[in-house]
Amino acid sequence: MTPAATVGHLTASAYPTTTAAGSHGFLSPTGVEIAFLLVGLVTFGAAVITVTTRQLVHAALWLVVALGGLAVEYLLLTAEFIAWVQVLIYVGAVVVLILFGLMLTRAPIGRSPDADSGNRWAALTVAVASAAALVWVVVDAFRTTWIDLDGPAAGSTAVTGASLFQNWVLPFEALSVLLLAALVGAIVLSRKVKAARAGEAPRAGTRAAGAPESPSRAARTSESPSRAARTSESGASRSASSHPGDSRTDGAR
Amino acid sequence: MNDALDVTLRLLVVFVVFLTFPLIVGQTEHKVMAHMQGRLGPMYAGGFHGWAQLVADGVKFAQKEDVVPADADRRIFQLAPAVALLPYLLVLLAVPVGPGEGAVGQVVDAGVFFVLAVMGVGVLGSLMAGWSSANKFSLLGGLRTAAQLLAYELPMLLTAASVAMAAGTVSLVGILDAFEWWWLPWQIVGAVVFFVAGLAELQRPPFDMPVADSEIIFGAYTEYTGLRFALFLLAEYAGIVVLCGLTTVLFLGGWHGPWGADGLGWVWTLLKAAVLAFVVIWLRVTYPRLREDQLQKLSWTLLVPLSLAQIALTGIVKVVIQ
Repeated sequence: MTPAATVGHLTASAYPTTTAAGSHGFLSPTGVEIAFLLVGLVTFGAAVITVTTRQLVHAALWLVVALGGLAVEYLLLTAEFIAWVQVLIYVGAVVVLILFGLMLTRAPIGRSPDADSGNRWAALTVAVASAAALVWVVVDAFRTTWIDLDGPAAGSTAVTGASLFQNWVLPFEALSVLLLAALVGAIVLSRKVKAARAGEAPRAGTRAAGAPESPSRAARTSESPSRAARTSESGASRSASSHPGDSRTDGAR
Repeated sequence: MNDALDVTLRLLVVFVVFLTFPLIVGQTEHKVMAHMQGRLGPMYAGGFHGWAQLVADGVKFAQKEDVVPADADRRIFQLAPAVALLPYLLVLLAVPVGPGEGAVGQVVDAGVFFVLAVMGVGVLGSLMAGWSSANKFSLLGGLRTAAQLLAYELPMLLTAASVAMAAGTVSLVGILDAFEWWWLPWQIVGAVVFFVAGLAELQRPPFDMPVADSEIIFGAYTEYTGLRFALFLLAEYAGIVVLCGLTTVLFLGGWHGPWGADGLGWVWTLLKAAVLAFVVIWLRVTYPRLREDQLQKLSWTLLVPLSLAQIALTGIVKVVIQ
């Protein structure tokens, strides 16, 4: 599970809560609840597209939609701090890292025929099982808990911080140690690879810089000369003055 | 005042600021660069000092054909400029210009996190542009953008955290309320690190490796023409406005001034931000571009340790004065 989501679990128990018995009907949706449901549907749809699309970079961008939708859900539940951390860490750092990795290795425009895995059914089983386990645990833990949406923000930074560092400081520190271990491990692994590589071929590391052009894209480019020719023709006939060069030179640069 | 009217008015003001301030910074850059480098530049449009040149540039951009390369990923290519520009509009909403809750678009409880998170999203626009253009130079530009963001997001966040520790709150309004003049020397290292890292995140010279027009032909924006290219330029200048505003609010005391702070707080904010914007332009004229490895080295071996030292200093002083 992700750190931000874990933090979300931890703080959820600190919300000022009431029991379900009295004031809340089971099926009397308010505006916020309807919005929550709709955003949830969008998030779910984006997540499904993320794992089913054949276009690698599109998958990463749909992941942005899914993670952003999750942030909006946090906001609707008044957990403002968690929502912004979600955007900062996942959209701002994790997705950028994924995109960086894709561009560095292979990011063809269009479909990747080899983006399919033979393990898809096993993966689906594991995903459904873990989702079921999580839903069951969360539903069981917070069955009678309600968040008062009209009262003072229950997930504000002050409330989150207080509950995190008073009630849940031990798990928090344990997580820190875990992350530190992962960090050290990553450094050790990368240094080992570097040392081994330096032993066998001194300049092998520089090859990676030339790799961004993937074979499949080169193939596509050579396959479609007719499309390229058509575009350049229509571009030339429509506007003789639109050289890509001059928009740069007499602009601000 | 009526609630809906109040909200509409605030949004309108922020929107007008968003539309005009980047242009003002752009025009200032033209003129300041011309004076510093002893070159004339366009001086005739509109009469005095060629003030209408900016308008002419805008008209020119609007007239140009909007070209999408044949092999490009069409939808992402067209969406990228909006993704690059809109986050800055959202950030402007949360930047307070004066004392009280009347002088900020929207009070955000976790303001520091909000502005840094949303600013990071803007970089996705450059990444999308770099990838979807089907151009090797653009892809290189996108790669460099991503590497740069990963390197410079950390020092920015750490120094912002230092200010939040000093103020005991992560709300931008709250930070300004808690500000004292001696924070300036106390947080000066953090201020410099934040400003430099922000410049790098905006890909401004001397940190403009991702666009580097003389080696990778404007990187991610190589294939863009007309209005979409203008939107990327506008995003850069909106980024300058946002960065200067944030540095002012976090480190320079925002609406606090040595005298006459009553009613004139917004003047102080604008003045400080304007001086910072001038420094941004000045740096562009003064320094040559860093190499890619120098860029990474500067962040990981200098800025990150400095910001960690600043956090340690903030913590020590905070404990001592309590």
